[in-house]
Formats: sequence, C-alpha cells, structure tokens
Amino acid sequence: MNKISIIIKREYMTRVRKKSFIIMTILAPVLMAAIIIVPTLVMMNQDQDFKKIAVIEDNSDLFKNVIKNTKNLEFVYLENTKMEDLKNSFEKQGYYGILYISPELVNTPNAIQLLSKKQPPIGLLDHIEGSLEKEIEKQKLMTYNIQNLDEIMKNIETKVSIQTKKIGDSGEVSETSTGIAMALAYLSGFLMYMLVFMFGAQVMRGVIEEKTSRVVEVVVSSVKPVQLMMGKIVGIALVGLTQFLIWVFLTIAIAGVIKSTVLKKENLTEVSQNMTKSLMNDGQQAAAGTQTAEINPQMAEFSKLFSNAMNQPWGLIILCFIFYFITGYLLYASIFAAIGSAVDNETETQQFMLPVTIPIILALMVAMGTMQNPESSLSFWCSLIPLTSPVVMVARLPFGVPYWQLAVSMAIMVITFITFVWMAAKVYRTGILMYGKKTSWKEMWKWLKYSG
Amino acid sequence: MALFEAKNVTKQFGSVLALDKVSISVPEQCIFGLLGPNGAGKTTLIRIINQITGPDSGELFLNGNRLKPEDVQYIGYLPEERGLYKKMKVGEQALYFAQLKGLSKAEAMKRLKYWFKKLDMVEWWGKKVEELSKGMQQKVQFVTTVLHEPKLIIFDEPFTGFDPVNTNVIKNEILFLRERGATIIFSTHNMESVEELCDNITLINKAKTLLEGNVYDIRKQWAANEYDVVFEGDVTFPGNGQFDILNKQTENDKSVIRLKAKSGADTNDILKIALNSGRVISFNPSLPSMNEIFIRVVEARN
Repeated sequence: MNKISIIIKREYMTRVRKKSFIIMTILAPVLMAAIIIVPTLVMMNQDQDFKKIAVIEDNSDLFKNVIKNTKNLEFVYLENTKMEDLKNSFEKQGYYGILYISPELVNTPNAIQLLSKKQPPIGLLDHIEGSLEKEIEKQKLMTYNIQNLDEIMKNIETKVSIQTKKIGDSGEVSETSTGIAMALAYLSGFLMYMLVFMFGAQVMRGVIEEKTSRVVEVVVSSVKPVQLMMGKIVGIALVGLTQFLIWVFLTIAIAGVIKSTVLKKENLTEVSQNMTKSLMNDGQQAAAGTQTAEINPQMAEFSKLFSNAMNQPWGLIILCFIFYFITGYLLYASIFAAIGSAVDNETETQQFMLPVTIPIILALMVAMGTMQNPESSLSFWCSLIPLTSPVVMVARLPFGVPYWQLAVSMAIMVITFITFVWMAAKVYRTGILMYGKKTSWKEMWKWLKYSG
Repeated sequence: MALFEAKNVTKQFGSVLALDKVSISVPEQCIFGLLGPNGAGKTTLIRIINQITGPDSGELFLNGNRLKPEDVQYIGYLPEERGLYKKMKVGEQALYFAQLKGLSKAEAMKRLKYWFKKLDMVEWWGKKVEELSKGMQQKVQFVTTVLHEPKLIIFDEPFTGFDPVNTNVIKNEILFLRERGATIIFSTHNMESVEELCDNITLINKAKTLLEGNVYDIRKQWAANEYDVVFEGDVTFPGNGQFDILNKQTENDKSVIRLKAKSGADTNDILKIALNSGRVISFNPSLPSMNEIFIRVVEARN
C-alpha cells in the first residue's frame, strides 16, 4: 500500500500548503469569535448611550415619577404638555423619545406608546415595562387596603435565577447552562455540516480535475482506480482533521487566555462564592453578594457562563465530533467521488447534487430544532439515520445522549460508510474513464454491476 | 521473440463491442504501429495493455509470461490527451509520477536531472504546469513516461502540439529508446510518421483486425506493379506491350511518368526502353503510401 501513501501525501501536501488553507485555519476561529463578540459589544455600547426621555401622561398623574432614572436613562415628566406640541420638536430639545401613557394602562396593557426616531433597545423597554408593571401591581394591591403595604412590598421583593445542574451517571453534580448547551449544539452541528460538505465537495472537485485533465489515465496506469480514490479521500480527510484540531487548540488557547486575564482566579472564585452564599439566603451575606454582583454584573454573568462552559463533557464531544466527522465525511465524500467520476465538468454535477444536498441540509435543520427540543423523536431518529446522524448527533451531544443510542448510531454509521465506499469505488472505476457521455443515475446503477 | 502479445482480446461495454478477438504480437525492440480510424477500439486496447481495464476474454503476455498487475512498472504510457496537474510544479509532479511507478525518490531525482538536462528543460523545474506551453507540457509528460525505463512504452499520438524542431527531438529520443532496448507501441493517425518510424503495424477498425504485418511488406503487397520514371526535360515515352502509361506530368524541366507493368513483365526491359527515350533521373517502384492503404482498407470494409 506504499502507493496509496504517495497519493495521500500529494493530496495532503498540495492542499495544506495553499494560502487559502492557512488563512482559513487561522482566521476562522478569530472570525467565529468576532461574530459572537462584536454584536455584544455593539449592543453594550448602544445601551451605554445616555438617553433622555420625555414622559407625557394623558390627563392624570397616576404614573408621575414612577420610572426611576438610571445611569444612562433620564425620564423627564412633562406636565401640561400635549403630544402634538412635542411630536415634531422632541429631538431638537434633546429627547431620545416620547413616552405617552394613557390612564387606561391600568386595565389595558397596550395603552402606552414610545415614540422615537430609532429602534429603541430592549434594555430600555424592559426597564419601562418592569417599572410600570410593578407600579400597577402596587396600585391594584392598594385597593385591598392592606396595612404597611410599602413595607410588605419591600420584604417580598424577590429575584429568581434558576441554577441548572446535571447529574451524571455516577451521581456527580455539575453546573450546566442551557444557553451554553444550545450554543455548543448550534456550533458543532453547523461546523459538522460545513466540514463534511466543504471537504466532500473538495473530493468531487479533485476527481473532476483529474478526469478533465486526463491525469487519471496516467495515474491509473500505475495504481488501481480504487487506490487513487481512497488516496484522495483519505488525504483530504487528513486535511480536514488537521484544520479541526488546529481550531480546537486555538480555541483552548483563547479560552486559556480569557481565563487567565479577563477572569482572574480570585475574581472567579469570589463571584461563585458570593453566589453560593446568596443561595443560602443568609441575609447579610446576600446583601454583600448582591453588592459585588452589582459592581460588575456583566463580569459575574460572564464568568458564570464561562465556568458552565467548562463543565461540558468536552472530551466526549470532541471525540464524537472526530468520529462523526470521519465517518460522515467518508460517507459523503464517497458519494461525491462517484459523482465527480461520472461527469465531464463541474456544471454537469447539478443534477446529482440535489439528492445529496437534501439530506444534509435536512440534517442541519433538524439539528437547529434539536436545540429547542433535544429529546424529540425527530432528532432521535435523525441521529440514527446515517445520512443525517453526523450533524444531528453532535448537536444532541451537549444535552446528553444515552450511551446505547450513541453506540447504535455509530454502528449504523460504520456499516453504511463501508457500503457506500464500496459502491462508490465501483461507480468510480467505470466513470473515471468514461468521456463525452451524459450520465444518469440509471447509468451509474449499471456501472455498479460491471466487473473487471 | 515477441515482447508483448495479446491473444483474442474481446471487450464489450454494455451493448457496444469495443474489441472483437483482436490479437497483436509486438517483437522485442520493435516500433509497433497501432492504427485505426477514430472509435476503432485502439484506446480500449491500450487501456487493456495498461491494465486500466480488464478484457472480457483473451490473454495478454509480457515477455512470454501472463501480464500481472505488478508489470505496470515495466510499462510506460503517454496518453493522447496530456494528463498533468495544472497547479502543481513541474519538478514535484515528475517526482510524484516516478514514485507512483515504483522509483525511489533519490533514484527518480537522479534520472529527472539527466532528462531535464538532455531535453533542455532545467529552468522549468520550479514552474507550475499551467505556465508552460502545450508543447512544453508534452515534453514533461514524455519524460515522466520514459523515466522508469520501461521495457514497453506506449505512445498515443506523441507528436501533436510539437513544432518541427521538437518533433524531431522526440523522434530521435524514441529511436534512441529503442536502441537501448525498449519496445514501443505507437498509436497515431499521422501515416507519414508510421512510414518513417514503424517496423510493424496492426490496423483495427470497428473492433476487428483488418491488416497486420511489416510496413514494407504491406506496402509492397498493396503496390499494383506501378513504377515512376523521372526524365530530364520533356520526353516522349512510347508505350509498349509490357506496360501501360497511366499518367504523365511535366514541370520544372522534369517529366514524371507513372506506368503500370503487365503481369510477367521484366523491369529491366522497361528500364532499357526508358534509357533509350531520354536522360533518366530515377526509376522507382511506386509504393502506395500508408495513408492510401489506410483509406482503401478502411473504406473497403465500410
């Protein structure tokens, strides 16, 4: 099999040395990070803009000074001003927008309007809605004539934040976050789809290149067609694995940098300590905890997310990812190789591409659905069906998958890819030397049965 | 002794019969022409010799032994349409093909240096194939074909794309390879080069062998007892009971007369009559060109 290794080496080296590969490998994680970080930064910056908002109430003062000012928001309660007076000039007077409250608001939830030139940020709306909801509740409660209402209200003020934990088979408890699991499911599902499709298509392009340039006649007079096909498929698989592993290491490196700089160790432990304490509901400690959290609430949230992310079963996820990448890729790459061998140029691939793209795009859609409902029977079946299982199964992994399902899915996957490689080799052997003939699925089926 | 033999090779693609009991026998150190019109089955036969595809029935022998998969290292193949990776560098590519043929990297490197120097290609080493002209690419392909010193070399239309100078260079290399012991199968439509290079030929059409044998013998066989006599100046050459004048052309102070000898005629007698008629420049049997034979054989069958 020395000749296969020569072919693998060529396929690997010519691709890895390409500028596009090097750029893609280094830039992809940076881009991925940018996609997540930039919008967050933009949103945070937007929220930090100072906004002055005029509040006009229609013929009453039910909600006078109910909405509290914050660091970035100032609410100016205007009496004896009509909406029409301000409508055209509020921007000139330095207002971000006009909040118009009708007294009907107590009974009609949508009797309130915010007029502004720009789309108001969610944070602003949350603040207004929260303040008014509380005030209306309070006013409604007051009609029951409860004594010391103000004090009671202050006492019963509560905040709830669910701490999700997962219990492993051996009983150990780890903190998880559905958000992290969803993000991870999305990321791995999409990455799997992209890698399988991208490298599978590369196999096809490589086969077509060899066929149209007639390199194949020269090569096939030295090695068997199957050796050429397998050499190409394996060579490109190694390129894909190289890229993936570099991405994994880069991500680990980036995570390490974040951990050691942004979230200094004391900071992290302090925050989590505070959280446990506040959970214990110890009055004084809780107050202190809230204080720290208030000082840097974003940081606290971030470090919590970060430590939750660390609690994911990374080893299992990465190993399974590699397994499904290899088998899924082999499955699709062999189909792509067969298609590439059957056509004379890339435009002719169209008719064959559709039936191949449908299952993998379907898989991606099911994977997206999996994020909402990881236990659905659709995700279950699609994570067993070999054409969709690579994408769907990796999307299910962060939510936890029973081992027997994983084992069944993997077994089916292995059997299928071996069958497909075998069939593709037969089609390839005939197709690669066939020129100037429009090939159909029927024709390819015939080639399957040729011998010699 | 025949270096390569194919016996009763038959190959069918679906309902199309590509080769129907075709046999060829290629003597050692011979340049063997494999001729035939487009679609005759030449490429299929070449692919079978290269073991790219297998025959449905029939036997193949190399050096008297049945052809084995390992024998590819003794065979070199220059396909009609050149097969080189366009984006790959010339040197790397030549090394790659040499290694696929079973040469070690060091040995391949040594031989490549020799050939690149010999064919004046040294400065192409680091260039990408797509930067070379068609003829230059062909030279590269030629080198990769012969580098592993195969005993049997198959050239499919080796001269297309070459200018006259390079055609001559490659022709001489082919003759040189034969001198060093190689046997060559040569497939072409260029009948002039067949006359010039080939010792033996086989002509196949529609999957069947139509004609085979030594080139000179075939031409003599097809010769219709015709002779060309060339005289200086315009002469009158009387007919005679032994021959008929078929044609006379006079140009540039020369007369070319084509005559057909009757059966039993003695060429010496004819020549005597000619010598009495004027100054004879040449007297030649008019052998039909391979081109004529090709057309006549193929058309007769169609």
